[in-house]
Amino acid sequence: MTELPRLPTSGGCRDEPILKQRGQREVFCGLTGIIWLHRKMQDAFFLVVGSRTCAHLLQSAAGVMIFAEPRFGTAILEETDLAGLADAQSELDKVVDQLLARRTDIKQLFLVGSCPSEVIKLDLSRAAERMTERYAPSVRVLNFSGSGIETTFTQGEDACLASMVPVLPKTDERQLMLVGALPDVVEEQAISLLADMGIGPIRVLPAPRSDTGLGIGDKTMFALTQPFLGDTHAALERRGARHLPAPFPFGEEGTTAWLRTIADEFGVDDATFERVTAAPRARARKAITQASDALRGKSIFFFPDSQLEIPLARFLTRECGMEAIEVGAPFIHKGIVGPDLDMLAQGPTLSEGQDVDLQLDRCRDARPDLTVCGLGLANPLEAEGLATKWAIELVFTPVHFYEQAGDLAGLFSRPVRRAELLDLEVTA
Amino acid sequence: MRVATGMTGLHYVLHAPQGDTYADLLFTMIERRNHRPPVTYTTFQARDLGSDTANLFKTSLQDAYARFQPEALIVGASCTAELIQDDPGGMAETMDIPVPVIPLELPSYQRKENFGADETFFQIVRTLAKPVARTARISCNLIGPTALGFRHRDDITEITALLSDMGVSVNVVAPMTARPSDIARMGAAHFNVLMYPETAETAARWMARELDQPYTTIVPIGVGATRDFVAEVAGITGVTPYLDDSRLRLPWYSKSVDSTYLTGKRVFLFGDGTHVAAAARIARDEMGFEVVGMGCYNREMARPIRALAKDYGVAATITDDYLEVERVIEALQPEMILGTQMERHIGKRLGIPCAVISAPVHVQDFPARYSPQMGIEGANVIFDTWVHPLVMGLEEHLLHMFRDDFEFHDAAGPSHHGGHAPRPGAAAGPAPQAAPSPRDISEPEKTGADIIWLADAERELKKIPFFVRGKARRNTETFASERGVARISVETLYEAKAHYAR
Repeated sequence: MTELPRLPTSGGCRDEPILKQRGQREVFCGLTGIIWLHRKMQDAFFLVVGSRTCAHLLQSAAGVMIFAEPRFGTAILEETDLAGLADAQSELDKVVDQLLARRTDIKQLFLVGSCPSEVIKLDLSRAAERMTERYAPSVRVLNFSGSGIETTFTQGEDACLASMVPVLPKTDERQLMLVGALPDVVEEQAISLLADMGIGPIRVLPAPRSDTGLGIGDKTMFALTQPFLGDTHAALERRGARHLPAPFPFGEEGTTAWLRTIADEFGVDDATFERVTAAPRARARKAITQASDALRGKSIFFFPDSQLEIPLARFLTRECGMEAIEVGAPFIHKGIVGPDLDMLAQGPTLSEGQDVDLQLDRCRDARPDLTVCGLGLANPLEAEGLATKWAIELVFTPVHFYEQAGDLAGLFSRPVRRAELLDLEVTA
Repeated sequence: MRVATGMTGLHYVLHAPQGDTYADLLFTMIERRNHRPPVTYTTFQARDLGSDTANLFKTSLQDAYARFQPEALIVGASCTAELIQDDPGGMAETMDIPVPVIPLELPSYQRKENFGADETFFQIVRTLAKPVARTARISCNLIGPTALGFRHRDDITEITALLSDMGVSVNVVAPMTARPSDIARMGAAHFNVLMYPETAETAARWMARELDQPYTTIVPIGVGATRDFVAEVAGITGVTPYLDDSRLRLPWYSKSVDSTYLTGKRVFLFGDGTHVAAAARIARDEMGFEVVGMGCYNREMARPIRALAKDYGVAATITDDYLEVERVIEALQPEMILGTQMERHIGKRLGIPCAVISAPVHVQDFPARYSPQMGIEGANVIFDTWVHPLVMGLEEHLLHMFRDDFEFHDAAGPSHHGGHAPRPGAAAGPAPQAAPSPRDISEPEKTGADIIWLADAERELKKIPFFVRGKARRNTETFASERGVARISVETLYEAKAHYAR
């Protein structure tokens, strides 16, 4: 391993041309974000206003979880709702009344827009305002859209967090805000590393409960922990907060660079930084080396899914020795993934958006050793003899920061090792 | 989609927003299909709204035809596209596609999945099926099986064999396994076997009228129903009724003394109308259960299920709200539930044994092994499936006899059920082993006895998901003892994690 600070590889990918395609997209809509957000925000309920298709999506995506008394649901639009829109508002009031009477522990209610509700222009923001007045102060009602016509998969979280920013109270405190929903164990690791360097106070968006007094102001510095938070980034800047652009904390290198950016802003000296990070960095490197044995020299192809693709390609090429053929992302926000692009060596095709049949043709031609894609493509590609890593797991599994770096490499090496392990062909 | 995916040589162009492609994974994951469903989505986005969506649809249709070269196309709109009022059928008509393009009207704000499958199949049959000369041998079509159908794959095999024993051959199986060109020769069959009324009844009626093909009305699930089905086929065709029951084991198993304890077990039935009706007859007449309630979620079958419930002297539950089903089950307190995936969860929550008899189902009910519901083997499969979750008779006696025994009490539950183990208390230290295996006995407390977990490490360990916590604890303790570390801190925990990283 090279020693830090590592310079960007010559040129990087920031100014490389991006292949932009439009056509059929094989991606989730933003509603799926609800599945992890509702676990993170413990006093929130997500009410989707949509059709049976939306309910069906949440049901299939959430698997068995829907029967653990989840804090999300769907208000299904019936034919009568389509006829007169005035009715739709009062119907919604009725549903929310029932819901809040049944679940008195709910403090934040999100009305989540879907494709049908957007197309008929059902005004959820007005509904949210009306309900906020009606249930104040015990429940706050917000709205955002998770519709497929506007959002792709993880953008649902972005839309949700962005909807919370305008109503945060103002504070003049100089503080660090970490933005992005992370598994608790990961979040606590990040906070403890930063706190050990003397950085504080540290706040997190989304907060686990609505009553934690999270505020925002001109002296707020924020660091993103997830790359898909473009709208939230813009909303935070509108409130005067300042973004600390950094590579995303995947792998040893990414985590160190991310911490370094924050440490520099808060005036942490090198000795302190070294003292806090040396041991976990060594652990992470060791774990990555072990877990990435199977990956060295292998090629990888990313279909667009979560916007995590660029930082992950950076981690896999630089720390696991893989070669990227194509890195597809649903959206590329250079203000956010720029630092990762700087570190990604030139070579792979960068693509934004998707025409799935054309992309499949490119993938088949390239015959990568590993293809990262959604569940709708994974089994069909496996049947064609291509090893795949289904991408959704990367959003649900703890993969950020040092202690998870080995696990992250492991998620990719497992399908490769399995493909080498299984001997199912008929032998002569 | 279930119809299109079941068929080959047919392509479906669906006017739908981005994100609706999630439905693909029902087929690729639950049914484990090894190819993408033959469906092209237009995936329009917010910026496309306006006249652009119509063009998008036309381009998608053109591209899909050029790429897949299907024998026929079907076009339709999803719930959102229904609202923007492009007319897929009308647009397709103006485009000069050289194969039949079948437009679908699926009112998604009124009707649901089964209606969609039934209507789609009907439109395909109506467009493509033509009167043709009958086959020389007596033959039939098997109609109704679709992709994502509960055991449709094996039911086809079973019924094909059963008919073949009677000298009746199968002309076309549709929609599953059929091509559009096969649909065109459906008229050659002498009659139709309506396997699943939910997905093919409209088509069956149309073919009876237009192609003069009678269809069977009895669904051969269960011993009695299978015998009646054989008689019905004989009546339609004039062949001698014949059923090879040499492999049929349900009647004897059910008669054997071992099954006496099944008598009068109170069961609740829920699912699609067809499977519930069949299950009710098996439950009462062939297993000796007492049916205490029944219902279905598809209102197309509400009337027959209400009538049947009346025959059984119970109330019918017709609803698609699982909370209502749960209320009914709670009120009835049955000893067993026969239902869908949802009822399985309800059963788990209420501690009531459950077996699955109907879609919707999860991946485990698309098994690798042969497991039909219909015919002779289907009856055998059903016997096993239903009896398995019940507490075996002897064990039930023992549970009564040793009611107060410390490790053999009611709350311990039957030995073959997971999920009944007492939960470790929240404050408990090392998680108790559920059942000590011989290996554990040979190494009594070897790791862990002289190793102390510091409080912060213990807390950190609790953050790890419970299903890997045990492994993390063992690995860390092994790691610590190998290095002579007596006190485990958070550092040690993560050192060990890095050491075992794969």
